[in-house]
Amino acid sequence: MSILHTVNKSPFEKSSLESCLKYVKANSAILLIEDAVYAALQGTEIGERLGSAASEVRLFVLGPDLRARGLVDKPLIETIEVVDYEGFVELAAQYDKVQAWL
Amino acid sequence: MEKKLLYLNRRAPYGGIYAQESLEVVLIGAAFDQDVSLLFIDDGVLQLKKGQDTTGVGMKNFSPTFGALEMYDVEKLYVSRESMAARAINERDLVVGVTVLNDAEIADLMDEQDAVLSF
Repeated sequence: MSILHTVNKSPFEKSSLESCLKYVKANSAILLIEDAVYAALQGTEIGERLGSAASEVRLFVLGPDLRARGLVDKPLIETIEVVDYEGFVELAAQYDKVQAWL
Repeated sequence: MEKKLLYLNRRAPYGGIYAQESLEVVLIGAAFDQDVSLLFIDDGVLQLKKGQDTTGVGMKNFSPTFGALEMYDVEKLYVSRESMAARAINERDLVVGVTVLNDAEIADLMDEQDAVLSF
């Protein structure tokens, strides 16, 4: 089964994204929302690790949450795709299930 | 008697209410003529990122308030160099002028306070 993993916690404060990366399987996807969008920035340790997962897993980040946090002027990891709320809904429909990492 | 108060901010701006509540307390406390400092470490440094635009998420963008603190005689803003570096941001990314401190200087800043209020 293909899973859309959503992560909403800051990778610098909580281990949610670390755990997600540990258990995610090929052909699944990770969508960063809320405070997890900080993991999409280039130049951080977690960003590098997340980026390297992209060979097996698709990576997405929610644009409105990036904008709220003032991150649109910062370079994102190259393997991540920005989606809006419509894209979020499409992803949720496209994968067999959604698993939230709170 | 005037006290030295340090507001310690360690949370990112929109994942919870800590950041906004801290700013509210700072503004209220500014009426009491204390020797106030604001310190941003860990995810707290992210509160000061410039260019925040919350129109898409239905929350209030409170970051412009940091630029108005001067009018309330709150002029001492300190930011951790290590916390910024770990999060790939730097002084030029910030919405307001700050003093950048290393960890040893932050320990000294905490040490010299009468009270530390944590958010």
